[in-house]
Amino acid sequence: MNEILRILLFMVSCVLSHNFIFSRFLGCCPFLGVSNKVGTAAGMGLAVTFVMGLASLFTYVVYHFILVPLQLTYLDTISFILVIAALVQFVETFLKKSSPSLYNALGIYLPLITTNCAVLGVAVLNVSEGYNLLYSVLNGVFGALGFLLAIVLMAGVRERLELADIPKCLRGFPIGLIIAGLMSVAFMGFLGLA
Amino acid sequence: MQIILATLVLGGIGLIFGVLLTVASKKFHVEVDPRIEEVSSYLAGANCGACGYPGCDACAQAVVEGKVGADCCPPGGARAAEGIAKVMGLDAGSLVPMVARVLCQGNIGVAQDRYIYDGYRSCLAAAGIAGGPKACHFACIGLGDCVDQCAFGAVSIKGGVAWIDAAKCTGCGKCVDACPRSVISLFPMDAKVLVRCRNMEPAKLANAECMRSCIGCGRCVRTCKYDAIQVVDGFAHIDLDKCTRCGDCAEVCPHKCIVVT
Repeated sequence: MNEILRILLFMVSCVLSHNFIFSRFLGCCPFLGVSNKVGTAAGMGLAVTFVMGLASLFTYVVYHFILVPLQLTYLDTISFILVIAALVQFVETFLKKSSPSLYNALGIYLPLITTNCAVLGVAVLNVSEGYNLLYSVLNGVFGALGFLLAIVLMAGVRERLELADIPKCLRGFPIGLIIAGLMSVAFMGFLGLA
Repeated sequence: MQIILATLVLGGIGLIFGVLLTVASKKFHVEVDPRIEEVSSYLAGANCGACGYPGCDACAQAVVEGKVGADCCPPGGARAAEGIAKVMGLDAGSLVPMVARVLCQGNIGVAQDRYIYDGYRSCLAAAGIAGGPKACHFACIGLGDCVDQCAFGAVSIKGGVAWIDAAKCTGCGKCVDACPRSVISLFPMDAKVLVRCRNMEPAKLANAECMRSCIGCGRCVRTCKYDAIQVVDGFAHIDLDKCTRCGDCAEVCPHKCIVVT
């Protein structure tokens, strides 16, 4: 019972108080780049969720069953990059064949994810925090759901900004960055939950 | 020893992934018609959506599937039509390049204002408020909904009315769809003589609303030697098939709303 409660708490903290964008500041590039419309933002978020979950699993296997026994743990970053790049490529090929509709929905976002630092970030964090396999995958999936929440919220705000009367010097990215900062401050409030 | 092991392990992981990806790409290979790539190389490549598909690739696919003909890409013009026809073995047809024209000359000072509009900068929004800021119901509102739509930078607002650079215009028709007043229409590039007004009001009202309005007086109809002009719905219409582009009508128009470009 205690363990289940801890897992639930861990999930919530991944999404809210340790949100990848607002408290770890990882994955800010797609967060600002692909948040113009709620629909595309949700597509990007789902693609990231998919890849981050798989990446957590595979990097855990590579780290604990290849690098640790051979005492090559200093190679973690480079081998994680290798794993993630290959994984994204494979997922793209696989989706193209097995589910063209999902491929068309995620298609353009998938290659972008290779360079999303949140994906590498989750792999490195899993190692440095010493999570076991279950916690690693949970961290990947729920951390990415936090990313999804953040990017959809941001897209909602930016859709409204389209109609707002913003001073000319602040239009576009400046106001985007200010909003991201304010949202980050708001999400910091979730630290109180812990 | 360590360095060799590190190299071997990383190289090994890379090699395994490489082999797996090769196998996967063979196993999950999707047959793509090579003509799709050829066709899309002839399209305009601006992803403007004039063809009605989300992008040039989608249009190319539709061409190969036979859903649309060789003339599917207006911005690509004759060059695209010929290229596509060559790839697909179709007849290119004779494609006169189209260009968008603004049928309003109601510049600031020329057209009467109904009220001063100070709201959200969109023609669509302004058109819905008490019949729009200009007295004429058929006038260009000039807040630039068409400018936002143009992927080729051909549309600008000059003196409160949209202006289209015919050299940059590709005839994609996005501005035509964007205009809430239907002031913009597509015309063949060689249609040099146009009635630049669509005011359907009676002559007296049209005259009061704008100094460049067509009041339907019919002087052009009587002047035309080729029987190409008719007044329908209160304004002059030029039959482009009969028109010889002589420009006599433009000279007699009392409101200067027939223009030779």
